[in-house]
Amino acid sequence: MSLLTLENVTLKFGGVTAVNNLSMSVNEGEVFALVGPNGAGKSTVFNMISRFYRPFNGKITFDGQNLLDRRPNEVASLGIARTFQNIELFDHATVLQNLLVGRHRHRKTTLVEEILFMGRTRSEERKHRLAVEEVIEFLDLQAYRDKMIMGLPYGVRKVVELARALATKPRLLLLDEPASGLSVEETQDMRWWIDDIRRQMGITVLMVEHDMGLVSKVCDRVLALADGAALAEGTPTEVQSHPAVIEAYLGTSAISKTANAKGERV
Amino acid sequence: MRFHFKTSYDHDIRLFPDRWTLSVYGALLVLMLVLPWIIDSFYLGEVTNVLIWAVAGLGLMLLTGQTGQVSLGHSAFMALGCYSCVIMMENGVPILLALPLAGVLTGVIGAIIALPALRLHGVYLAIFTLALAILADDVIVILSPWTGGVNGKFAPEIWIFGIEINRWANPASWYFLALGTAVVVTLLYRNLLRAPLGRAFAAVRDSEISAQAMGVDVARTKTLAFGLSCAFAGLGGALLGLFAGAFNNETFNFLISIQLLMMIIIGGLGFIHGAFLGAIVIAFLPQFLSILTDNLGSASIPGLETGVFGMLLIAFILFEPMGLYGRWLKMRTWLELFPFARRDMFRRQKTYLKTERLR
Repeated sequence: MSLLTLENVTLKFGGVTAVNNLSMSVNEGEVFALVGPNGAGKSTVFNMISRFYRPFNGKITFDGQNLLDRRPNEVASLGIARTFQNIELFDHATVLQNLLVGRHRHRKTTLVEEILFMGRTRSEERKHRLAVEEVIEFLDLQAYRDKMIMGLPYGVRKVVELARALATKPRLLLLDEPASGLSVEETQDMRWWIDDIRRQMGITVLMVEHDMGLVSKVCDRVLALADGAALAEGTPTEVQSHPAVIEAYLGTSAISKTANAKGERV
Repeated sequence: MRFHFKTSYDHDIRLFPDRWTLSVYGALLVLMLVLPWIIDSFYLGEVTNVLIWAVAGLGLMLLTGQTGQVSLGHSAFMALGCYSCVIMMENGVPILLALPLAGVLTGVIGAIIALPALRLHGVYLAIFTLALAILADDVIVILSPWTGGVNGKFAPEIWIFGIEINRWANPASWYFLALGTAVVVTLLYRNLLRAPLGRAFAAVRDSEISAQAMGVDVARTKTLAFGLSCAFAGLGGALLGLFAGAFNNETFNFLISIQLLMMIIIGGLGFIHGAFLGAIVIAFLPQFLSILTDNLGSASIPGLETGVFGMLLIAFILFEPMGLYGRWLKMRTWLELFPFARRDMFRRQKTYLKTERLR
């Protein structure tokens, strides 16, 4: 069953067509990757799903509901969480506070209850904390719990951002380049985590990633984009060997070379 | 070196994380309670002034320090709080009711004004709010049937449970009124900070875009921040007017807003302690300067106060953007970690590119 579908979505910035008549669908429980060269419109697709951009035409539905009717802050309450390409954490807060903001969509208390810190606020805080601690445990962030984001290394921030997205208890997780800037070991960790997020938590993952090694290990399906349009869709190996994809990445002359080398390729 | 061994989530939820903190603030409260018997009535009046400024400062701190929205219009809201409180009291509303009502009224009006204002960012918001502050002066004159216009108003007598709160006859009573308000406002502020709304404020301050992606309604959060901030500023303004005894359209001019902003920057943006430390500087610096000029044997120098304030502000922005409380935090960390503190521990890291273009 498809959880998220985009139908004939187009978005233009001035004269530039960022996304051109794109249709795709992400099935419940799978890991789906968007790949493509820089400027292909991958992040723009994410920003349309997050409702930061409004497509010119087309339809985006999540779990049967029209996403385009929702405001940006309502997207999270539907169960869509995301990370950003250039980490967007709350720098002047601790890791714990960042993750607790992730619980915001589960907030039940009113202004008066909070300003007087009534009993329900306290019990809700404990519940939020418990949920956050589960994520901290899952991603091994115990050592950083009370550290300010400002002082954390890049790799840890990347994990904290993933943790914050998980703290919202989403159904669909959008990861914008989860492995960019990570070391080999950190990328390896990210791979296990994405596997576990899908298997243990049952969360559907849609990600943008350039690291084809990671993509081919964790993804069920891959959609290659170039210039805002879909090039090829299929399993990672299918897409990687698709002539149009090779052309988009490497140019036309590369196709004949790969055709010659096809016998030796794994 | 002290270690916090946390054994339950309540460690991070309750007001005072451990016995040590509880006893420090307990001791401070006891000291504040016996203060009238320790210092003479002149200094008690000064401390009362500090507490009143701190209440108003906490208001602006909530907006600027916590939510990251600058306002130069808080003098207008202090005036609104003051006039509404006094008008209610003149109509027979007891102060214990009039004061919170004035706060609520200012908060509601502030939130309504915030609805269009908070679409503006940064310097545009500052200009908009500055316009409010300047407008307030004229509005007070136009509404002279209620406000007394240029002639101003005298503060009514204040009675609480049969005790007259009089600045001259009984300075301790005024001190306790200000102390009580400051403690209540601080508690409310602190409660907000440990609740989801307070975290939403910080989220909006640090990254609107990801706050939105986490489900925080940015417009609503900013409006609430503005409203609450105005409510506290209104309380502060009401106390300031009542304490001054007489006020007119020029009492709450826009310089008060700027003084308030200076106060929270010098104290330390984003810290409750910062509002109090800033209030101490703002309230005592003029006294300190006049004592200094007296001792140097010179006549009072016009503009000295403003000049020194301005230089202090520039010095803080250049050398200690975290303010007095930030400086104290650094010293404390240095002592706690001694001898392992690193020199660059608080140096700002290079911030990674933010997706501002999404705005």
